[in-house]
Formats: sequence, C-alpha cells, structure tokens
Amino acid sequence: MTMIFGVPLMVFMGQLMLGLINGAFYALLSLGLAVIFGLLKIVNFAHGAMYMLGAFVALLGLQHLGLNYWAALLVVPLVVGGLGMLIERFILRRIAHLDHLYGLLLTFGLALIFEGTLINFFGVSGSSYPTPAALEGGMNLGFMFLPIYRGWVLLAALVVCLGTWFVIERTRLGAYLRAGTENSALMQAFGVNVPQLITLTYGFGVALAAFAGVLAAPLYPVSPTMGSSLLIVVFAVVVIGGMGSIIGAVITGLAMGLIEGLTKVYYPEAANTVIFVVMVVVLMLRPAGLFGKEA
Amino acid sequence: MSQAAEAISGTRDAHPHHDGAEMLRVSDLHAFYGESHILHGVDFDVKRGELVTLLGRNGAGRSTTLKSIMNMVGRRTGSIMINGNETLGMKPHRIPRLGIGYCPEERGIFASLDVEENLLLPPTVRSDGMSLDEIYAMFPNLYERRRSQGTRLSGGEQQMLAMARILRTGARLLLLDEITEGLAPVIVQALGEVLVKLKERGMTIVLVEQNFRFAAPLADRHFVMEHGRIIEEISAAELPSRREHLNSLLGV
Repeated sequence: MTMIFGVPLMVFMGQLMLGLINGAFYALLSLGLAVIFGLLKIVNFAHGAMYMLGAFVALLGLQHLGLNYWAALLVVPLVVGGLGMLIERFILRRIAHLDHLYGLLLTFGLALIFEGTLINFFGVSGSSYPTPAALEGGMNLGFMFLPIYRGWVLLAALVVCLGTWFVIERTRLGAYLRAGTENSALMQAFGVNVPQLITLTYGFGVALAAFAGVLAAPLYPVSPTMGSSLLIVVFAVVVIGGMGSIIGAVITGLAMGLIEGLTKVYYPEAANTVIFVVMVVVLMLRPAGLFGKEA
Repeated sequence: MSQAAEAISGTRDAHPHHDGAEMLRVSDLHAFYGESHILHGVDFDVKRGELVTLLGRNGAGRSTTLKSIMNMVGRRTGSIMINGNETLGMKPHRIPRLGIGYCPEERGIFASLDVEENLLLPPTVRSDGMSLDEIYAMFPNLYERRRSQGTRLSGGEQQMLAMARILRTGARLLLLDEITEGLAPVIVQALGEVLVKLKERGMTIVLVEQNFRFAAPLADRHFVMEHGRIIEEISAAELPSRREHLNSLLGV
C-alpha cells in the first residue's frame, strides 16, 4: 500500500477530504462575515446562530411541511436571509451610529436568544437529517473513497463562494458594495439608497450562513449549539485571512480546513488547536491578516 | 447633438444660457454638526445656466453649504429649493435624483474600483448625460488609464475623474468643492476649459473656490461667505470696481 510519511494513502486522502469539507464551511461562513463586516462594520456574532437556524429550518421543514432537501437549499436561505433583513432593519439600524462594539454585543445577545429558545424546545442532543437519496453512497477513486454527499458539499460551497466573489468584484452591484464600504455618505450623494443596500447586504450574508446550515444538516447532528462551536473557529479564520477581504475569507477558510485535516493525520491531539496557533502567529507577524490591508 | 457640436467648436461667450429661471434657492439655511452651529442663515440663489462661486476664508461655511444642499450634514433648518422642489425633508439619496452632481473636496475616488468603474459608479439621474465616449473625448487621460486603480491616478487625473463621473449621470446642477486645490497650474487651466465647455452645455454650476484668479473669469456672480453667512454678492460686471473690497474680504 502507498504510504505518505508513514500514513496509508487512503487514510491520508480521507482526512484531507474531511479537512476540505470543514474548510468549505469555514469559507462559506467567513465569506458572509466578511461581506457583512465590509459594509456594516459589524462583527456579526449572530452568524453561527444563523447557520444553526438554516439547518433547523431545513429539518423542521422536512418534518412538518415535507420540504425536501433541494427545495430547502433554495427556500431556507431566503427565509433566514429575510429574518436577517428584519433584524438589520429594526434592530441593528437603531445602533448603527454607535461604536461598532455595540453591534458585536447586540448580535452576540441575539445569538444567545436564538440558541436558548431552541434548546428550550429541542434540547441539545441534536437530531439527524437524512442524506438526500440522490447523493447517498460513495465512489472509490482509487486513491481514496469519496462519499458523494461530501463531494457535493465541496462543489456547492465552491460554486457559491466563487459566485459571490464574481458578483462583488465584477458587477455593478458589487461596485456599489465596494464603494459603499469605502464612503457610504458619498454613495448617497450619488443617489444610491445606502440604507437599503445595507439591509440587503446583511440579508445576503445571513443567507450564506443559512445555506451552509442546510449543507451541513445531513453531515452533522442538527442541534441548537452547532453554530456557536463552529463560529469560534470561523472567527479565527477571519482573523487569519484579514477582516473584510472576500477572496481572503474563501482561501483562508479552505486552507485552514486542510491544515486541520493534516494535523489530524500526523498529530491528532493538536487538531482542535492548530488553527488558533496559526492565528496567534499571523497576529504577531501580520496583524491585519494575510489578505487584509495594513491600516 | 447640436449642443455637443457647440461644446467642441467652443464659443467663448460668458453668459449664453440664462433664461432667468431659478435652479437653486437657499433661504435662511442653518446647519449643525452635533452641537456646533455651522451655518447661520445662508441666503443665495442660482439661475439656470449660471456659474456662481462661494468665496471666503477657510471655515467660512462654503463646503458645509454644499454638503447641506446634499443633506450630508447633521440637522438643518430653513429652505433649499431645487428646481422648485423643497428638499429639506428629502432623504439624502433622493436629492441627486433631482439632477444634481456633487464633487466633494476630498474628491472621493474609490480605491477598490478602477478608473472606469469609478466613472460608471454614480447612477444615472437623467437620461441626457454625457456618453462614455464624450467623456473620454473631454478627458483623454482617463481613457488611457481606465484600467488603473482609481487612487493610483495623479491628483489632477483624480480631479478630472471626480468631475467626469458626475457628468455621465445627466446632472444639470453641479456642486464643485475646491476642484483646483493643490493642482499644478497647467491642470487648473485645463479644468477652467472644462468648466467653460460645461457652461456652454447649459449646466448650472456652484463653485466653492480658494483660487479667485481661477474663478473670476468663469463666474457670473460671486457670493462671499463669512461666519456661516453670505455677506456680499458681487456680479461679474461689478467685479473690476469692487476688486479691492473683495480682496480685503478674502484677506488676500
């Protein structure tokens, strides 16, 4: 059997694949955080809760409304994104003129409220969401065994990340976003309805988190706490990549997933901490993050 | 279009397009940044096709007057009529849609956009704006550098870009804040030629300016500001006889 540094190839590639899947979720979530931070300058601590709500709404939709997985992928981000827009319009906007720390505290509070409410009704143990029939099973690629659902998650996450990057970097709407990030007062003086742009942006960032939640539902137990545990790692990813950088969020997310996967192969004890070690090193050498602009 | 042809042939008549209609009337305008009271009852009017200047020393309230018209300051009282519409209660993003282009003192070129993206950024407010081709004909440097990052341009090119992007939108009233500041004389001269062409197209222009020698030959009327008020109005015809008085007001 082929060995890589004393580890069988199949095991090595399998762990790498797991790492990439985690990385895909890091990328989707940190991308949404970066988009929101860019225009609203708010560190959205409710992001993990929105990811969790995405998975929960998909699960409840399946159980009570017969909403299948494919419909959920489309409908759930719209529903949760709509909730995000309401949160921005009626809560975050009221404190937009205050120090950004208040936005962080407020979204953190919202996350705790969502989490606590769901724990009250559903407990913390979590339920499982069935893998959609079309994506069951796996393929033997020769060098590794690929569960089809995991391949799908990776593909879907990459397509959504690249699509978001394209919209922001290459379209007129994206130009509004980038310009609004730099100087929103001048954008209003050009006739752009910036408050509306902000609401839509927050809704979009939240919808990305909910999309990740639906993708995650068949992989991980759907539980009210699934978001908060992930979010800590995602914040580390955002710090490493640099606040507000779109492409930085995606590349760093995938890279950190891979690093985590590799650590699992060679030194499993450190797998849960390796990202934070990277974060500390990056903060010491390049405080603005790998892709961030030095202030 | 005949207007475009006229702009290129370039008749240098100083006052071709006045029809006497009022484009902008500011009455008893007070403006506040938080607790500080910046404007103390500004009154002036601009007729369609006119070019007027707001002169005065630093801190007299000239830039704040332009920002107040755009609803970019804190609280305002008084009246700002644009083309007969009261705009004091309007949301900031509605005001440019009345056909106003604003060029801020700091130019406001976006670093995350290239030159052409900067140029195409402001939404069209009226249908009869200049086309991209016309704009590149007026500002050839911008065409050569259209793929450069906006803030990589020289100061003069950035100023041209800041002007050019509001011409594309079809705005008919231009509020220009210190467009010659810190620029080389040859660029200042080029900007003067651009303003002459814009006047010939019938644009109405409010020019906040430190460089009086630049503004004097272009303007129909001058308003002098001090301590947040208009203290003097001088027409182009009166200028030669009142030049010394004006110099003493401006402290030059």
